[in-house]
Amino acid sequence: MKNKTRNQCGRRGERVFSNICVMPSLIGVMIFFFIPFCIVIYYSLINNPVLKDFVGLQNYTKLFHNVAFTKAVKNTAFFSIVSVPLSVVLSLGLAMLLERKIPGKSIFRTFFLSPLMVPTASVVLVWQVLFHNHGTINQIIEHFGGNSIDWIKSPYGQVVIICMFLWKNLGYNMILFMSALCAIPRDIIEVADLEGASSWYKFVHIKLRYLSPTILFVLILSMINSFKIFREVYLLTGNYPQDKLYMLQHFMNNTFNSLDYQKLSAAAVLFALVMIVIMAILLIAENIFGKDVE
Amino acid sequence: MKLKMLDIKKRRKIFDVIVFIFILTAAILFLFPTVLTLANSFMTSNEISANYGSMFSNMTEDKKTFISQNVNLKFIPDKVTFAQYKAVLVQNSDYLMKFWNSVILTVPITLFQMIVAILTSYGFSRYPNKFKSIIFFAYIILMIMPYQVTLVPNFLVAEKFHMLDTRRAIILPAIFSPFSIFLLTKVMRRIPVSYVEAAKLDGASELKILTKIYVPLCKGAIVSIAMLVFIDYWNMVEQPLVLMKDPLYHPLSVFLSQINTGDIGLAFAVGVVYMIPTVLMFLYGEDYLVEGITYSGGIKG
Repeated sequence: MKNKTRNQCGRRGERVFSNICVMPSLIGVMIFFFIPFCIVIYYSLINNPVLKDFVGLQNYTKLFHNVAFTKAVKNTAFFSIVSVPLSVVLSLGLAMLLERKIPGKSIFRTFFLSPLMVPTASVVLVWQVLFHNHGTINQIIEHFGGNSIDWIKSPYGQVVIICMFLWKNLGYNMILFMSALCAIPRDIIEVADLEGASSWYKFVHIKLRYLSPTILFVLILSMINSFKIFREVYLLTGNYPQDKLYMLQHFMNNTFNSLDYQKLSAAAVLFALVMIVIMAILLIAENIFGKDVE
Repeated sequence: MKLKMLDIKKRRKIFDVIVFIFILTAAILFLFPTVLTLANSFMTSNEISANYGSMFSNMTEDKKTFISQNVNLKFIPDKVTFAQYKAVLVQNSDYLMKFWNSVILTVPITLFQMIVAILTSYGFSRYPNKFKSIIFFAYIILMIMPYQVTLVPNFLVAEKFHMLDTRRAIILPAIFSPFSIFLLTKVMRRIPVSYVEAAKLDGASELKILTKIYVPLCKGAIVSIAMLVFIDYWNMVEQPLVLMKDPLYHPLSVFLSQINTGDIGLAFAVGVVYMIPTVLMFLYGEDYLVEGITYSGGIKG
């Protein structure tokens, strides 16, 4: 199937047209992202914008000794490593539950998608009401005799933002999984049923294999969205949140505001490098796992 | 034997009920903030500051005596009133102006990003070659970057072209954001070659193939991607803060977050007003969002 698409041979004019189509975007990306990013790389290698002395990797080594930076990296990494797989697993679970015969399915779907509609800032207000020191959740905890927790200002803040992230993104991920589940050929499942395969076997050996491209896709989408959670955290706590909520984005924003471009550039380049490595790993994983399904 | 079968059936039924209850609970939890925002928008400002005032105690220091320390979550207003809406829509032009600011930022971004995306995805999915797949991979990397990484590049370009403090500084880079290209390319690559070949036999030009085959076939995907892009930029916060110093031009999404700490009595009504475009879009496009897309493949597409 794929090879056929790849090997379509056309006349030269048509080929040129398809190349021209890519051009506007390529030029735009060059001007607005690629070329300025090269300047950022250059910035990360000089001492300051006035003297422009080449200092090698000094900015980077300084960065590694920066307490705020290492703290931010730890928090961001922790948040992504916990929340991204969690959102994949939970949304897949929800999608499989909704696959059953359940009354009012489409209404549920709308409910799960509703977080997309609500403006971020309003939501943040609601979350504040819920997780405030004297807020709803603490009132419930106290009602049942527990000790109240200052959610946002304590290490539990991570729990709050993971909840926010899941609340916002599960719905759409679930939709993606639902359509992928629908696309699994029925006859294969039927054959497995006839052969008396257990539902666990069907899940691992049939469904997961067909879902693997979608899992990868949702994984990437969740990664992008996990970096966007900064918006909520920022609105919730401002520029200088408590230790556990201090994200890499805070660090970069604050360095930007203090005009320390060298530090910021080095951080941006490092971030980009890490992303390239992660994406390369995912690409290899896709080549290994995705082949026979296509 | 028969008894056992019945047992299994019964167990299955019980399981179904449990699943139903679980999903119902989860769905209600998901809907909860939306309902809360809506319900609270019909309260009087006084009622709201009485309920939530203690969250911003530094501002209500003098009133503290008659505001309870607890934050009270309330769904049903003591008295249903449109006072908040009146204040937002009629008495103060600030909110409507910021709303308009959001519109003239988000609509062009969405529109032009989709145009660029349709062209580019078409280019990527027809006659793929090594060069194109390298660019595509680079786009994915770019797409995944948080805004803070592209913040300096954006700032540099805006400074260079003297666009700082103008809307162009936000709109232009956003148009070329590769998110929609990534999604749409995946969809377009799934269009069967036979469609294209049939059209070619009828003498269709490449432009015709794009406008008469690719775009109609991808309509659902295009609508749903446009919705995602719109929602993303409708809620933008970072870009205006960095690239536009004058709060006069800030979109309501930025302003909304500042109301939260200031005039909290109006925050819910403003939130609801700000929700209107996305709700309308959902009414129109939810089916597309649900059915329009089956992206297969993670990276290569």
